[in-house]
Amino acid sequence: MLSSAGHPFIFILPFIAIVIFWVMAKFEPKPVGVTQKSFFERNGVPVAIYLIVAVTFWSLFMIVLPQLFMVEMSFRPKLPQIEIGGPKDLYTFENYHYFIYGSTTISDAINWVHIKAFFLTIFASLLIAIFNLALCYPLAFYMAQVAPAARVRFFLLLLIAPYWVNEILRAFALRIMLSSNGLINKILIGSGVVDQPVDFIGNDIALYAGLGYAYMLLMIFSLYNTIETLDHAQIEAARDLGAPWWHIHTFIVIPFIKPGVASGCTLVFMLSAGSLAAPLVLSGPRSLWFTPIVYDRFNQAFNWPQGAAYALILLIACVTFVLFVLRLGRLSLGEIAK
Amino acid sequence: MNSKTVTNVMLAFYMAIFFGFLFGPLIVMGVSAFNTSTYPQVYPIEGFTLLWFEKLLNDRDMVYGLKNSLWIGMWVVVLSVPLGLAGAMMMSQIYSKARSFYYVIVVSPVLTPGVIIGISTVVFWGDLTTTTNSRFLYHGLFMTVLGQSSFISAYCMLMFMSRLNKFDRAQEEAGLDLGASQTQVFFHILLPFLRPAIFSSAVLAFLSSFENYNTTTFAILADKTLTTVLAGRVRQGTTPAISALAVLIIAVTVVGAIIYEIVKRREDRERQARLDAAHAAELRELESIEKATHHA
Amino acid sequence: MADVEIDCLTVQFGSFTAVKDVSLQIRQGEFFSFLGPSGCGKTTILRTISGFQDPTNGAVRIGGQDMSGIGPNQRPTALIFQNLALFPLMTVFENIGYGLRVRGVPKANRDRKVDELLHLTALSDQGHKKIEELSGGQKQRVAIARALAVEPKVLLLDEPLSALDLKLRQYMRNELRAIQRRVGVTFIYITHDQGEALTMSDRIAVMNRGKIEQVGNGRDVYEYPQTSFVASFVGENNGFSGTITKISGDQAEIETSVGRLVGLNKKSLVVGAKAILFIRPEAMQCGAQGENNLSGIAADAAYEGMTTHLTMKVHDGSSIIATLTGAPALEFPPQGSSVSFAFATRDALILPV
Repeated sequence: MLSSAGHPFIFILPFIAIVIFWVMAKFEPKPVGVTQKSFFERNGVPVAIYLIVAVTFWSLFMIVLPQLFMVEMSFRPKLPQIEIGGPKDLYTFENYHYFIYGSTTISDAINWVHIKAFFLTIFASLLIAIFNLALCYPLAFYMAQVAPAARVRFFLLLLIAPYWVNEILRAFALRIMLSSNGLINKILIGSGVVDQPVDFIGNDIALYAGLGYAYMLLMIFSLYNTIETLDHAQIEAARDLGAPWWHIHTFIVIPFIKPGVASGCTLVFMLSAGSLAAPLVLSGPRSLWFTPIVYDRFNQAFNWPQGAAYALILLIACVTFVLFVLRLGRLSLGEIAK
Repeated sequence: MNSKTVTNVMLAFYMAIFFGFLFGPLIVMGVSAFNTSTYPQVYPIEGFTLLWFEKLLNDRDMVYGLKNSLWIGMWVVVLSVPLGLAGAMMMSQIYSKARSFYYVIVVSPVLTPGVIIGISTVVFWGDLTTTTNSRFLYHGLFMTVLGQSSFISAYCMLMFMSRLNKFDRAQEEAGLDLGASQTQVFFHILLPFLRPAIFSSAVLAFLSSFENYNTTTFAILADKTLTTVLAGRVRQGTTPAISALAVLIIAVTVVGAIIYEIVKRREDRERQARLDAAHAAELRELESIEKATHHA
Repeated sequence: MADVEIDCLTVQFGSFTAVKDVSLQIRQGEFFSFLGPSGCGKTTILRTISGFQDPTNGAVRIGGQDMSGIGPNQRPTALIFQNLALFPLMTVFENIGYGLRVRGVPKANRDRKVDELLHLTALSDQGHKKIEELSGGQKQRVAIARALAVEPKVLLLDEPLSALDLKLRQYMRNELRAIQRRVGVTFIYITHDQGEALTMSDRIAVMNRGKIEQVGNGRDVYEYPQTSFVASFVGENNGFSGTITKISGDQAEIETSVGRLVGLNKKSLVVGAKAILFIRPEAMQCGAQGENNLSGIAADAAYEGMTTHLTMKVHDGSSIIATLTGAPALEFPPQGSSVSFAFATRDALILPV
């Protein structure tokens, strides 16, 4: 199919969605007690126009259309500027073909580098999320259930403070610490644990630590917010009945804070998998991470359609993960995005 | 040793590790900014110097990037706060299926990797500005503002939603009942009520924009912001000038946090004074009723 | 002259009917109350009069003018909300002046009017304060002043006293009544508290399940209830349900689980009809023999000084209450002993179920 036909179609799509949305909003029964007045009557004409214009611009021109355009571009061939829109501009799977075989046409060899990077990214992000959960749970629990209010406030301040420093500088700080002549290596050599500096950066430890470090706050807050809503009396009651501490956590706290765990893990996973700053700063020459590869499609290979295809592959992986977590925890999206 | 001390020791050990992990790197970086060694390090301390700060301030790219970052941050605030507010108000007026549908769309940018938002913004506007012959809009700063705002608006929306949840609909009805138009109610009653949320979402929007890298690096095109300059520098090699920048940012943040805390405490005190006044009035009232009934 | 006229009003929410075919006329300058349990539709009527709710059927007329299609901000009504809905970010002065401000009244006139109202509600020195600084009673007065500032024809009050504690609530009743007399505006008051309705109102409409059961002054609804709902909802009442067995003149005999009882048959019920006989606890006598007699076991005696409430358990397990006033001459029967109550036929009312 000639790809010049694509854009008008893409432009029509969201407007059809708007019509469906409008029909739903208009004819769906409203809950009892809610005003039955029309949108314009309820908000007044100026405010209603502001709401419609703002929400339409935001959701269409900043969210939906850009994504659709990216999807569309990922099915286009890479052509010189002059040939775009010409007879060679046909929809194609060659960008996805390249991801798997390392070539747009030949299917002889498998593109191991990219595929490995992709799966490693997904797998490592998952591990980072789980590691973060384990690291943050005790503190979140302590803050939400044990510590007095004044100390909680102080802790919150301590936790937020490092996150005012931007992501690149945080990664840089870790790099200084973990580099071959950094503080950790000096301590290790000085105390005689090792006699050669450990290559934290080359063997990706720095990268994983950096990713964990970067998104710890989100995990803490997701957990803290849900644990806080757990009635302390429940824990007291269980303790009175003689339940051991591990029993209380496994059977009372954890089931209760499932939404918090799900949202914390989802956020950490998504942000790790999509992270660019930490891999750029903390990875060695042999490190594999998928986002820098996507980045290189654009900035080094100058192959935008291929970059779009790679971005889409990453997006689909993330969406799949979110849906999986939602299904696993029987949760709704609203509970995660709090 | 009883079990309580064991627990306490374990807790202290855990806290030490946790906060060590959290602050260790930042402290190391902070100290290295003042060390004369050309490689950022804390040990050995070769001497105290402010040279790295001087270098930083003379770094033209950094200063240029900073200006761009501030400019972008300002426009992101101007765009995201009203969009987030509109998004939240719309959310409060639709129900069931329409609501879930809308929710998925406007919250999706929060859960989409930043690089993808940057890429899709550039792809879309690149195409749109070409086909509509408005190529001048295809500008790094403009693209960055749009790209960042797509998800920062969603942050703002979530903040407005939680504030709107606390809004008492009767306030709006009271305004109408007294003869105000819907528009007057919006400006006289709803907006003042939302002021704290407007303020905090503006701060959040600015900070998120200022420190964003993933979206910016694509959307900025050939231009630069502080974070992209910084990323370039860090990739080239490590210098204590970068540590110096971090120290400056931390210093600004700490000052900001202190000011915020002072303002907050003063507000709390004022509020407490008002509540005390109300309580005193309550007591006086009961007393006077008591008296009145006795006389009768 | 009718000030507010409700004409065949029906309001439905989906399949639920909150108000069923209600017609009513409220007079100019009247203190009118809607009394009923929660969910009886009284708040819906109020919201329909104020314009926040559109009627499904029927109409509301104020001063003879049909209100359909007129928004709440254009009606000559002012509403005092259950939680008062004062604007917390404005001062007392700004709150009271808000209605005038949005009407574009010049500042000088507005200030004069607000000062007047502050004086009327005894808040003269409180104008500069924030709402948060006020006591419960002061907030009530601000709400009243704010509503009166726009000079409404009708003031609607949605249980505004319910959040106050008992003492203050009783005090505010008198104050509300006094303010109403002074300004002469029609007050429409919503409450589930019969004490409030009886003490303040010129007339009361007792509502149940979206319908008006009875309209009348306090004495009417208390002493001459027209339906068994009114009899049991307004004030304490002992009810005995059964079947009418005999009619003689304006009296009827009813067969109940505690025996045959005789009462007034004002509703002209016929033999065989299901009915309830109501007798007020204060019309009940203890220890004496009378036209109707009941016996059982003394269960409880609650002494309140001026009155004493005696509870007697009868053989089918139900309780009957007698309220004795003054220092009773007799000793209270000890708990568990047999006791007998009696009442006069002219004090008992037989009403249809």
